[in-house]
Amino acid sequence: MTEKITREVFDHMVALAALELSEDDAVYLLKELNSQLQAIEELAAIPLDESVELAAHGVPYTPEISSAVREDIPTPFANPEEIVAGAPETKDGFFVVPDIPTEDLT
Amino acid sequence: MELADLKAHELAALVASRQVSAVEVLEATLARIEAVDGSPGKLEPDADALSQTDKVHAFITPTVERARAQAEAVDKKIAAGEIPGPLTGVPFTVKDIFTVKGTPSTAASKILSNFVAPYSATPVARMEDAGGVMLGKVNLDEFTYGSSNESSAFQPHPRNPWNPSRVTGGSSGGSAAAVAAGEGALSLGTDTAGSVRQPAAFCGVVGLKPTYGRVSRYGLIAFGSSLDCPGPVARDVRDVAMMLNVIAGRDERDHTAVTVPVPDYTAGLEEGVKGLRIGLSPDFFKISFFDHQTGEIEEQPLPDEIKAAVERAADLLSDIGARIVENIPMPHTKYGIPTYFVISRVESASNLHRYDGVKYGYRSDGKVVDLNQMYRRSRGEGFGKQPKLRILMGMYVSAAQYSEQYYQRALKVRSLIRSDFERAYDPQGDHRLDALLTPTTPTPAFPIGDVYGDSVLMQYADQLTVTANHAGIPGISLPGGLDSEGLPLGIQLLGSDFSEATLLRIGRAYEMATENDPWRQQKPQVLANL
Repeated sequence: MTEKITREVFDHMVALAALELSEDDAVYLLKELNSQLQAIEELAAIPLDESVELAAHGVPYTPEISSAVREDIPTPFANPEEIVAGAPETKDGFFVVPDIPTEDLT
Repeated sequence: MELADLKAHELAALVASRQVSAVEVLEATLARIEAVDGSPGKLEPDADALSQTDKVHAFITPTVERARAQAEAVDKKIAAGEIPGPLTGVPFTVKDIFTVKGTPSTAASKILSNFVAPYSATPVARMEDAGGVMLGKVNLDEFTYGSSNESSAFQPHPRNPWNPSRVTGGSSGGSAAAVAAGEGALSLGTDTAGSVRQPAAFCGVVGLKPTYGRVSRYGLIAFGSSLDCPGPVARDVRDVAMMLNVIAGRDERDHTAVTVPVPDYTAGLEEGVKGLRIGLSPDFFKISFFDHQTGEIEEQPLPDEIKAAVERAADLLSDIGARIVENIPMPHTKYGIPTYFVISRVESASNLHRYDGVKYGYRSDGKVVDLNQMYRRSRGEGFGKQPKLRILMGMYVSAAQYSEQYYQRALKVRSLIRSDFERAYDPQGDHRLDALLTPTTPTPAFPIGDVYGDSVLMQYADQLTVTANHAGIPGISLPGGLDSEGLPLGIQLLGSDFSEATLLRIGRAYEMATENDPWRQQKPQVLANL
């Protein structure tokens, strides 16, 4: 089986996806990706003429069944502390993160 | 019969008429959970938990005290002469992909393992407002990405109550297993490719995937946003109808929840099938799967027992007045899985970018040099293999240079899949169907460990259910008998947009036609020695 997704392409995607992988995981994932891609290749054989439209979803959203756009009125969450409490690290209601990498442009 | 085994509509009637209290129903159900469930799923299970191979393990987080408070509140209302709603005193479970205020809402993933939801999902809130008693959060495949529940980060994963060496199916495996084992009469699941219907078929219960937009997705942790449908899992058709009455309808918090009026789905249930046109399609009686050796798609007929269950259902429905229409062409059915491999991956990749270890969820506690490394490490440690696979596949097939070839193409094939159904149901067309009758799954519940790890083969378990998600149409899986090994077989009805009432009516007619069948008296293995 030809490996359509090479290790180089794979490593590039892993970096873009912000994932740190063990070597075992990388080997498994690359194998499964190529295997899935082979299954997907079946789509290439389907004849599609110009008239076939893209379907972003199945059920057509006609005005008759869609909610009217509501007024843009902000409603504050009753207990924002509860939301902030879920964060791994906070200080004075702010999220705390490690150093943000910066580039000196001067 | 024990309270834990009664149907939801029976329990609601008993509680509302003060023949039993909501607390009594709850305690009976908790006793059942104690007897059959074993240890709930954990990130780091001990050896004892993993050795309980005869238990169901439906739960991640039982919420016993919360449930007791709810049951007491229901009883108090009844004492004051008020009936809270149609689910009065009915214990139910929630797939842990929904937020429920104040409970861990984990998506069965390490990355959300410490997330306590600050709000409740709309369908859950509606069930609680209707008098339902929420028992806890049940297990699933991580982020719903699987068809067996083996991929949950919370182990032990659920086991099939009919034979604990078999999978429950998935991803709503905890839901289907809990309902089958008497651990709550109802469960709220989700269906993105068959995730309500396939485990319902494997566990011998009823599962409905409503039309896309029929039920609000507010509070549902997103997977494939154009495919995800919350749906009921129950022991009979009436219970599914009753639950759908409660959860369906518009929601100002989800603009995709449609304004189509919600009928009373329980009203016409027993009107029969006289005059209804029910189709059979040869395209649903074969399976195709990807052969790693040859790199080709192989086609095989379905196992005889599955075919026979559907044919018998057709005969019974014909006997009571339905018109069975054979040879309905559904030529794009076989493209359901390859199309799904593209669309669902693009949508899940997009939905998974939000988990960053900053605002909520897991953050790696290792030492990092900067924010970027923190992202990479938290996501690397927090996501299991299946979410990683979906992120990477979704990125690849939607990348600028490949989008035309894969993603745009898949969206067009989706149109073709939808047009198969439109032709079948067109009231002016050749077939004019009210429903299509098919098997739910290509096989009964497979042995634990047999398929897990092969992400392609696992996906093909959904091939008879996934086209309904592409098309947005409703589908229901009904118990259709047991195979020679005593495993449940599922039959499926697929309808046109918003035709849930018709599917439920056909389903109820089938239930009535088979109510004296010997298999209806069989109980799941885990209940045998109680």
